[in-house]
Amino acid sequence: MSTSVTASPAKSTAPRLRTPRKKHTPGKPKRNVLLTVLMALMVLYTVVPLIWLIINSTKTQSGLADSNGLWFAHDFALWDNVRDTFTYHDGIFGRWLLNTLLYVGLGAGGATLLAVLGGYALAKFQFPGRRAVFAVVIGAVAVPGTALAVPTFLMFSKMGLTDTPWAVIIPSLVSPFGLYLMWVFAAEAIPTELLEAARMDGASEVRTFFQVALPLLAPGIVTVLLFTTVATWNNYFLPLIMLKDPNWYPLTLGLSAWSSQAQTIGGDVIFNLVITGSLLTILPLIAAFLFLQKYWQSGLSAGSVKE
Amino acid sequence: MTTLQPPVAAEPRPAPPPAKRDRRSWTGWGFLGPFVAVFALVFLAPIVYSIYLSLFRNQLIGGNQFVGLDNYTRALQDDAFWGAVGRVALFLAVQVPLMLGIALLVALALDSGRLYGKSFFRITIFLPYAVPAVVATLMWGFMYGTKYGLVGDINSAFGVTLPDLLSPGWVLASIGNIVTWEFVGYNMLIFYSALRVVPTSLYEAAEIDGAGQWRIIRSIKLPAIRGAIVIATIFSIIGSFQLFNEPSILRPLALNSITTDFTPNFYTYSLSFNGQQHNYSATVAIIMGVITMVVAYAVQLRGMRKEA
Repeated sequence: MSTSVTASPAKSTAPRLRTPRKKHTPGKPKRNVLLTVLMALMVLYTVVPLIWLIINSTKTQSGLADSNGLWFAHDFALWDNVRDTFTYHDGIFGRWLLNTLLYVGLGAGGATLLAVLGGYALAKFQFPGRRAVFAVVIGAVAVPGTALAVPTFLMFSKMGLTDTPWAVIIPSLVSPFGLYLMWVFAAEAIPTELLEAARMDGASEVRTFFQVALPLLAPGIVTVLLFTTVATWNNYFLPLIMLKDPNWYPLTLGLSAWSSQAQTIGGDVIFNLVITGSLLTILPLIAAFLFLQKYWQSGLSAGSVKE
Repeated sequence: MTTLQPPVAAEPRPAPPPAKRDRRSWTGWGFLGPFVAVFALVFLAPIVYSIYLSLFRNQLIGGNQFVGLDNYTRALQDDAFWGAVGRVALFLAVQVPLMLGIALLVALALDSGRLYGKSFFRITIFLPYAVPAVVATLMWGFMYGTKYGLVGDINSAFGVTLPDLLSPGWVLASIGNIVTWEFVGYNMLIFYSALRVVPTSLYEAAEIDGAGQWRIIRSIKLPAIRGAIVIATIFSIIGSFQLFNEPSILRPLALNSITTDFTPNFYTYSLSFNGQQHNYSATVAIIMGVITMVVAYAVQLRGMRKEA
């Protein structure tokens, strides 16, 4: 199902001090059954809620109430649930899905672009204020994002941006973690000599960046894009305070609204749709992680080295 | 896919010769400028604005009045605020070591090469990270339910009465479980990635010297990934102090257990959006930000001091 990251590249470059006398195979230790069983328990903890979600998205509202949580009810209502999820309340779920895609496209896409440009600059250029920028950005990571939310809301509300998509997109554009990851990655992935050679040939800085640097940065870009996508797709707090109009909600906010409407007096109880909607919300991200794992795992390895 | 060389150091290669540097000295800003501009708008400006707000009070008569540090004095004597801080501190003291400990054990197990089906384990344990906090909380919230949830199923199947996980005595632990579920795989991956770049020659040398597995873990692996552990700890501390999503989404199911001042962030939110006390809310947020930074900094200092 997955390809493992190739054994540490350091192995090949590390000088061998002496050849071991007998055949030594440090890379192939004995497999251990007990350890595997313990890990299987851990996997159980991880996947039981997901299995629960899949099973229960096949139940009707009444099936949910009178069947065991970890087994199917008599009625198999998955397709009805999916249809109802998309048609309930004039198809608002579809609108939320499109909103989420918009926020991810502009927010995560923009955040990745800014992080790649900035990381490249920090890694490959000397310029006045370079160290100061780094210190400020790293310091800012320690400031709780939610602590910034209220003043940001008040600022945006004065600028007339609240209750518009911009209120969600603009704050998503900055990813200090993405900047840091791209900085470390660019420092390693782009040989400075290559840039010098391109400049020597008379290429402009912009052209050098796009034709020489960008292809080398691809695994790092995929990693940052994936993590900013998760951050934007899963974002809840920011849209919660910025948006009043349900037509601009992302999926997360819509789902929690559906869930809590059961508590309001006379509210429609639609737990089956909450559960099916939740399943539909997580599927795209899980698919992205599975399909792209070769890239983001190697990108992460590069970023996690030495701080 | 390009093969990755393990970075020798995070610091970039030596600067180009001075003559060239002068010619290009501002080019870097061209690339970094867009990030810094947006960063200033969504990070620096709100911090400054927040400090400004915290020095005023909005009164029915007289409008916005400068009150100096009055809001801070009020916050420092505010039982609701300190109750919330105590709650997240308790959460932090229990949940963070537990989560990071499990993550570290899993990472070491994966790295040991002694597992069957290693890549399956790695990706499966990581998957919850892709699940939004909203969905994770809704799922666990349903499962905690004594009537329809798994807890109810277990109760009726075995004729037992498990404690109500949404009751005031249990709800903090229940939230801790949700947060652990969400982030254990993410932290595992950070540790695992760090372990992968430890030069294997070190293990070979240690084995030749007769070191066992535990000895290798204690003397080579753990010191080698100390940086990753410190970073993960700091991010987890920041996350705990910011706790908001899980309690706020769980609240409709547990109205009696989760009050609107359950965590400092929840309190800030309620003050601002239900109470219209923007100035006081900004003050509480600033104090919490300072507490977070002090604790994170202390952990970092301690983590680095051991480096010797």
